[in-house]
Amino acid sequence: MSNLEASFSILGQKGVMAYILKGTVFTLIIALIAVVLGIVIGSILALCRNYCTSKKMKIFGILATVYIEVFRNTPLLLWIFICLVFCPCPELFNRKLFGLTTVETKLLFKAAVALILFTSSVIAEIIRGGLNSIAHGQFEAGHAQGFNVVQVMIYIILPQAYRNVIPTLLSQVITTIKDSSYLANVATIELMARTKQLLSAASRYNGTGNVNVSDVFVLFGVAALIYFIINYTLSCVVRSMQKRRKRPVRVTTD
Amino acid sequence: MSGIISARAWGKVWAYRSTFLLGLLNTVETAIFAILLALVLGVIFGLMATSGKKILQVISRVYVEIMQNTPILLQLCFFYYALAFSGHSIGILPTGIVALGVYTGAYMAEVVRAGIEAVPKGQFEAAMSQGFTYVERMYYIILPQSIKIILPPMVNQIVNLIKNTSCLYIIGGADLISLTYSFVTGENTGGAYAPAYLVSGLLFFIICYPLSKTASVWEIHLKKRDQRVLFQRTEGTVTDNE
Repeated sequence: MSNLEASFSILGQKGVMAYILKGTVFTLIIALIAVVLGIVIGSILALCRNYCTSKKMKIFGILATVYIEVFRNTPLLLWIFICLVFCPCPELFNRKLFGLTTVETKLLFKAAVALILFTSSVIAEIIRGGLNSIAHGQFEAGHAQGFNVVQVMIYIILPQAYRNVIPTLLSQVITTIKDSSYLANVATIELMARTKQLLSAASRYNGTGNVNVSDVFVLFGVAALIYFIINYTLSCVVRSMQKRRKRPVRVTTD
Repeated sequence: MSGIISARAWGKVWAYRSTFLLGLLNTVETAIFAILLALVLGVIFGLMATSGKKILQVISRVYVEIMQNTPILLQLCFFYYALAFSGHSIGILPTGIVALGVYTGAYMAEVVRAGIEAVPKGQFEAAMSQGFTYVERMYYIILPQSIKIILPPMVNQIVNLIKNTSCLYIIGGADLISLTYSFVTGENTGGAYAPAYLVSGLLFFIICYPLSKTASVWEIHLKKRDQRVLFQRTEGTVTDNE
């Protein structure tokens, strides 16, 4: 059992917990940025795919469909690799930032771009589901009130669509937090990558001179616990939201 | 991006086509076995969740929550390193099959549970009153009704599983993505980024697109049918009232 104690002593070492927590913060920030930008890009894609049906605009609809289907049917890791090679990195991220080296910042930026592109295709489909759930009468009512197409979208359709898909979007946040662990493959600095780095250096920290099974359990256990706490909280929120929505809507008619 | 039209790069990919085929084979093989495992686990835990026995429901719930709320990559690494450092390594592909199967099994369990719960309670009671045993009840009455609800999301989970085989890269697997990456970074083969990524992306797309398309068409079809049924029902009530 002394191995286990040695493994737990890793967590007590100076800086280790801070290292892990910083990774957690990066995970959350990356996921949040990916989801927020995903919603923006996804909305545009969903609108294009759904409503660009006239002859002149058809090309945008086709492009959006191709984008969504391509990203949805290929793995995220492929896009991370592709972005590492082909994604240009603006000057802004080509320097030391957030206490990272230049190389790390660049990697982080490129991998995050891949995650954003990937997430936006999934979110586009979610929002499209929301758009499809809106009754056609809403469009007609909007037009009858003299709104033009853009106004109908912004003031009438999109707010309802977003409201309908909030639970699904939240569960997409969970998925994105989990997906962000794929960034560990390219040595970025989020939670999963840091856990792996700690494991490979465990022999130095635990005092026994080599990596034991208990190190695996302790380090990955901590990471799993952190992921679990974050995601479980979110999924409880999603569930309570869905439960509230399922309640029958009372229509009062005078 | 210039590599995409370079004949030399394409020649390189063509010369090493057996690498891509091997990767594809490994990915498909891993996926098939993992799908089978996921289906078995999904049905078992899905039935446990709907069994009405408290203890079974709790076990199923705990399994589903733990699996769904931690990343597959973490589970895979955990499993792989725990086996490796305790000297019980079972090889990379079997590790991947078990990890992917157990992970997707949790999603399958939720799909099965939702499908069974969608069947009206009266069906269970009717079956029970006819003297069916548990297995007969599920097999003859419940399953045929819930299978239509279960299948589309199940196919979506299969697509996710196929995409998730890429996580084998982190433990040095030999799946399509890992082999593609070692191809483009290899000493003799390096450099042909664009064609190699295009080929491997295309291979994934060819497998996944028909599946996800089938699932979504199916789903829309079911939804339309439900709406029609609902419409007829409401129409019926209106005429009743009159």
